Amino acid sequence: MEILYAVFVAPFLDIAGSPVFFAEVVIGGLLTGVMYSLVALGFVLIFKASGVFNFAQGVMVLFAALTLVGLMERGAPVWLALIGTVIVMIILAFAIERFMLRKLVNQEGIILFMATIGLAFLLEGLGETIWGSNVKRLDIGIPNASFEVGGILLNEFELFAAASGAVLVAVLAVFFHYTRIGRALRAVADDHQAALSVGIPLKTIWVIVWSVAGFVGLVAGIMWGAKSGVQFSLSLIALKALPVLILGGFTSVPGAIVGGLIIGVGEKIAEIYWGPLIGGAIENWFAYVLALVFLVFRPQGLFGEKIIERV
Amino acid sequence: MIYRESGQFKTSYGADQAIFPIIQDRWFIALVLVIAYVAIPLLANEYLLQAVMIPFLVFALATIGLNILTGYAGQVSLGTGGFMAVGAYMTYKITTNIPDINIFVVFIIAGLIAAGVGLLFGLPSLRIKGFYLAVATLAAQFFLIWMFNKVGWFYNDNPSGTITAPPREFLGITVTGPAATAETRYMVALIIVTIFALAAKNLVRGRIGRSWMAIRDMDIAAEIIGIRPLQTKLLAFTISSFYCGVAGAMSVFLWLGSAETEAFDIFISFDVLFMVIIGGLGSILGSFLGAAFITLVPIVLTNAPQLVGIEMPIDLQKHIEIMLFGTMIIFFLIVEPNGLARLWQILKEKLRLWPFPY
Repeated sequence: MEILYAVFVAPFLDIAGSPVFFAEVVIGGLLTGVMYSLVALGFVLIFKASGVFNFAQGVMVLFAALTLVGLMERGAPVWLALIGTVIVMIILAFAIERFMLRKLVNQEGIILFMATIGLAFLLEGLGETIWGSNVKRLDIGIPNASFEVGGILLNEFELFAAASGAVLVAVLAVFFHYTRIGRALRAVADDHQAALSVGIPLKTIWVIVWSVAGFVGLVAGIMWGAKSGVQFSLSLIALKALPVLILGGFTSVPGAIVGGLIIGVGEKIAEIYWGPLIGGAIENWFAYVLALVFLVFRPQGLFGEKIIERV
Repeated sequence: MIYRESGQFKTSYGADQAIFPIIQDRWFIALVLVIAYVAIPLLANEYLLQAVMIPFLVFALATIGLNILTGYAGQVSLGTGGFMAVGAYMTYKITTNIPDINIFVVFIIAGLIAAGVGLLFGLPSLRIKGFYLAVATLAAQFFLIWMFNKVGWFYNDNPSGTITAPPREFLGITVTGPAATAETRYMVALIIVTIFALAAKNLVRGRIGRSWMAIRDMDIAAEIIGIRPLQTKLLAFTISSFYCGVAGAMSVFLWLGSAETEAFDIFISFDVLFMVIIGGLGSILGSFLGAAFITLVPIVLTNAPQLVGIEMPIDLQKHIEIMLFGTMIIFFLIVEPNGLARLWQILKEKLRLWPFPY
């Protein structure tokens, strides 16, 4: 009885008891969720356009952040360092297409997936060889003060992150729907062969997609780097983005956003109200269990394309 | 010319259905077994056994386990590390609380418990497929590791949180714990792996293995011809987790001696998946080749600079090692995506004619 009470009654009493605190928890969760979404977005872009489940996205986030910090440490002003990093990420996209994807065309998904794990190792070693492996601070002048609105404590930095996430998604949506390249990208995502037959250059498209994913990685890297320092553990946020992905569906940009928000909020609430009950530190797996529960009802994720199977 | 089957006539069904129907294959396997059972224990030193051979055997067993699930039944799993942890922690728990049970029986019991856990985490596979399933199995990985970290019952509430292999005897020989010699532990691991590999080989060529492969190739078609997806998939998860559980128990009791949950983290799961893919999906021999490759490469990379006589800072060497490892994996997948087992097959086909062109 006591356990049932602690699981099913006490947390809700806590929530009802201090709604302001609950609101703070939810908002904190939403803002963390935006950060997850930023990483998940990179996965979705690449999966949509090339069917590659890119495990290296997390390391690309780390690599971009390392490059940015490295350039700034060598005296480049912020804007120059940003441009430099974008150029590095584009070169990286070229190299990946030329030396990896092109040779692995028509392989099964799992082989490509394993190749991106190899790529993750390679990039991690490369980044740390060039820029060093000590923890670095990333400071590009994002304000970081806290203020109160209606009794709820907010943080400027997190709002800034949320805003830039929103801007990024809006820009991507416009890019995908209204530009020539965006339409070509969607065509490739729908059907490789049909896209090829109407004259869309697949190789160029892949370079563009990986560049865009690199850019999204850079934005995520700036946010996470400014929040918790640029270090190896940054690449592990990829593992945090995976439940977001399966929750939202691998092929859906809005899914990545909504999934990120659900995971962010769910994780925070579970940790604060139920976590102490079973020993705490449940963030590592709670997101996965949450995603699993959703998957049982919708196997293709919330927004994923319906899977139709034929014999 | 040397390796060909012409002139070898089968006169009974038994001979026709043998695991190695060709006499050259039988000789080859016999040779490998003689080397493994006689030559290596006689010639190898402590370092070679402890750092190369024992981890190779442990990972070979885990790889066979995952290969059953991923290579034969087509269900990608990233929870291997978690299932290995179940085997290791349950062995520890049982053998420290009931020391009288024979250590090998404990291995089997722990494997069975791991199988039960695998069955539980295999349930989503009935609804979820492909990468969705792969990510879903990560839930098992993270949850199990968290549980073994948090719940003191599993490691007898000792303050350090590590599990240490206690000395256990079998037929008067100490087989686990610090007093056991590397030779003994190697032999024990070898015997276990031989038995389990033989069992797996026979399993996958029988009715069960065929139903797994049918599910892998197209589950709807398999269902139509009368294979039950529920039982088949769950059986694959169960047996695979059993193998992984025993491998986990071996890794602590025969190899590491003591371990924390870090020994079974997500990167172990990735490593084992690498071994499966590089060895060859759906091949028992490939499991051994893949395990040998992935276990040996880091050791060679670590020792190569000293051998060539290059001195470099430790952290730089570490980074270069990671880079080379990543590059080799990509290179390998490009050159031979079907794995080492495929290379072995090609070699056998070449040997059939060699040294003549026709």
